[in-house]
Amino acid sequence: MTQTIKPRSSEELRQAVEWALGEGVTLDVRGEGSKLVLGKPLQCAQVLDLSGISGIVDYAPEELVITLRAGTPMREVEALLAQRNQMLAFEPPDLGPLLGQAPGQGTLVGAVMGNLAGPRRLSAGAARDHLLGFSGVNGRGEAFKSGGRVMKNVTGYDLSKVLAGSWGTLAVLDEVSVKVLPAPDQTATLVLLGLDDAAGVRAMCAAMGSPHEVSGAAHLPGRTALRLEGVAPSVEARLKGLRDLMADAGVKMEELGTLESRTFWCEVRDVAPLKAAPDAVVWKISCPPTEGPAILARIKTRRPAAQAFYDWSGGLIWLALPPSDDADHTIVRGALGATGGHATLIRAPEAVRAAVPVFHPQSAALVALAARVKESFDPKGLFNPGRMG
Amino acid sequence: MEMPPLDPAILARRSEIVAALRAIVQGEGVIDDLDGMRPYECDALSAYRQMPLVVVLPETVDQVAAILRYCQDNKVKVVPRGAGTSLSGGSMPVGDAILLAMGKFNRVLEIDYANRCARVQPGVTNLGVTKAVEHEGFYYAPDPSSQIACSIGGNVAENSGGVHCLKYGLTTNNLLGIEMVLMNGEVVRLGGKHLDAGGYDLLGLMTGSEGLLGVVTEVTVRLLRKPSTARAVLLGFPTEAGAADCVAAVIASGIIPGGMEMMDKEATKCAEAYVGAGYPLDAEGLLIVELDGPPVEVDYLVERVAEIARGRGATTIRVSHDEQERVLFWAGRKAAFPAVGQISPDYMCLDGSVPRGKLVEVLAEMRVLSKQYGLRVVNVFHAGDGNLHPLILFDANDPAELKRCEELGADILRLCVRVGGVLTGEHGVGIEKRDLMGVQFTEIDLDQQMRVKCAFDPDHLLNPGKVFPKLRRCAELGRLVVTQNNLPFPDIPRF
Repeated sequence: MTQTIKPRSSEELRQAVEWALGEGVTLDVRGEGSKLVLGKPLQCAQVLDLSGISGIVDYAPEELVITLRAGTPMREVEALLAQRNQMLAFEPPDLGPLLGQAPGQGTLVGAVMGNLAGPRRLSAGAARDHLLGFSGVNGRGEAFKSGGRVMKNVTGYDLSKVLAGSWGTLAVLDEVSVKVLPAPDQTATLVLLGLDDAAGVRAMCAAMGSPHEVSGAAHLPGRTALRLEGVAPSVEARLKGLRDLMADAGVKMEELGTLESRTFWCEVRDVAPLKAAPDAVVWKISCPPTEGPAILARIKTRRPAAQAFYDWSGGLIWLALPPSDDADHTIVRGALGATGGHATLIRAPEAVRAAVPVFHPQSAALVALAARVKESFDPKGLFNPGRMG
Repeated sequence: MEMPPLDPAILARRSEIVAALRAIVQGEGVIDDLDGMRPYECDALSAYRQMPLVVVLPETVDQVAAILRYCQDNKVKVVPRGAGTSLSGGSMPVGDAILLAMGKFNRVLEIDYANRCARVQPGVTNLGVTKAVEHEGFYYAPDPSSQIACSIGGNVAENSGGVHCLKYGLTTNNLLGIEMVLMNGEVVRLGGKHLDAGGYDLLGLMTGSEGLLGVVTEVTVRLLRKPSTARAVLLGFPTEAGAADCVAAVIASGIIPGGMEMMDKEATKCAEAYVGAGYPLDAEGLLIVELDGPPVEVDYLVERVAEIARGRGATTIRVSHDEQERVLFWAGRKAAFPAVGQISPDYMCLDGSVPRGKLVEVLAEMRVLSKQYGLRVVNVFHAGDGNLHPLILFDANDPAELKRCEELGADILRLCVRVGGVLTGEHGVGIEKRDLMGVQFTEIDLDQQMRVKCAFDPDHLLNPGKVFPKLRRCAELGRLVVTQNNLPFPDIPRF
């Protein structure tokens, strides 16, 4: 039977881990539990609930930094930043609806643990690029910290990077400091109509290589969208420049204004355009942008019913496949071939996720190295055991 | 500065080690004569010098792997070196260690404009990457002052910054992948032309690890399209507080300049005497704010910055009108270090980072410390991201003054940590700040970092004597004493 323990302070958090270590009990570490269906299913006797360690510790808009506790809901953070016209530039997606759950759930630290990022990943980076520092508890029951609250810091190893994207398997975070940025005044989107995948990705790559500072490039069936953000005169000038650049292709275009753009890019961020059937399995493929169309074509040869769209200028493919026992993982990963990149199974029934590698298999040398890194933080494997399998 | 004692057993085996290296790297790639090794005896922290055991310059990844495997098997220490421009002694040789110089890895392997990246060998210079792509309008964003000389491999090791970090990030934000060799000789690739890692972000961990975890043999960097325009604004303030206020106000207004630099009166005076950039000599605080992007945006933002500066009491506001003038505005700032070198036999450059809001307080306290120690301190810094570069003026020929300088430097860095900052923003810990790590980190913090080190290098053979004030053996660090303790915290809610 699963039991839950809910510490209310840093010291209680540390004691909880120390206790688990002493008892040899593994911990299912969670904030709001919004991403429990992502990753390998856990079989832990004990839930470590971080929702009691919550709240903004410090927010200094002119320092571009916010410090908060691990259980702080994302919605609380985003609402506070919006009051000061700031944002989390990595544009964390709300995967709730995609994962069959309510929207608006999850914590900022949860997004960091998954190293999530939205369309602005291209120009602003992912959660990893914005985590300035943290404090937490390692698998020895020791409270430790790394990084800080300042923008530039190379003192000691950058443990923030390896914690981001570790899905809670290395340490339990207590407090994080995250970089924030001014929200753009204006947003505009240039939509190119009727391009096929290859032409769409070519157009996106050309736009990204232009001086027009494109901050989002997504290709949906028949619609290739390029986002521009900034102060009004700049957005206007760049929109014109981008139109001129794209005019060579002789393609039909339309424009979205600020409000329409925001809605559109929120949908892209939250994977809404995939329109995956409720029982479809969903993959996220990260690849070199120009390789995207060929990878998808290889998958479609084998699975013609595949649905997909591209973000990150073609470097991110969101893919929905009809249900199957093995989520077609060999087909999907085989399609990547030698091009480099990785495919993550984002949504599938528990039995499928238990049977199939959810995260992309790595070389033997990397597997061994990652295991040693895991052991250096969590020698007894207390935290989310096997989640990243 | 004390380095670990030399191992007499290794010194006694020197000729055997040299022979083993010659079997791996033929010809002139192994240097063991004193004259040949002399150029390698220090890096850019030139106050400290040490001859290596032997220098080896491999040319292939296989050779690097064979060298490291040999070192692992025979418990020989290795110090990796790029261009040797570290300001913290990151590549300073160790007397009983092989110096592994990566200078022959100097080729640009592939440029992929469509995917906006370049694959280069680690010995390619930072500026060399930009030079290879600028004819197509692209560049590599991080621009440390040493960019003419410093290598990309060294940039990865140090997570190098530059004046444009606030907007474009440090090295870590501009890398897509690396190939590296582990101490056991295994070659692993992290990342590639795609974004993010499949497993743990070991690429992020490697970046800024100061050559203690692995030897980088290939780097994939992200390329950016050059902004269509850049203009600089020169702002002089009657007080340092006025200048610092202006920095905060610009950022609070939602503007992220391409660069935002500050110099104190002394630095301004030195720089002006050195290059004649037209800096106002009456300003207590001088700012150079660079705005880049499309011309219409730059014009708009220049006006807004000027307006903010006027509101903060700026006495000088000059906007560059052409590229020549912009370069001139920067010339003084970029030459600030050599300019200071003109007025003092030696200087020590510090690198603390503080929250921007603490700039004025830190500057004032630094003045007090400067008086106490009787050593002049000149300040040049990346104001936009709170990264200070105090320059302590001293005479290295006077050992007592060098010692006083080191002590003043340590006090300034302690001050940075006390106000919520850190010991180093971009130069690295190396040997220079190694013994101050305990000011910023607890023993538990440092033990955790050392355990990560053990995951890569279980015998502490790679770049020994750097970063950690005292090394603990991995076996000792790995020991875990578990005490079973039934419910030591009956009050914590559980259900």
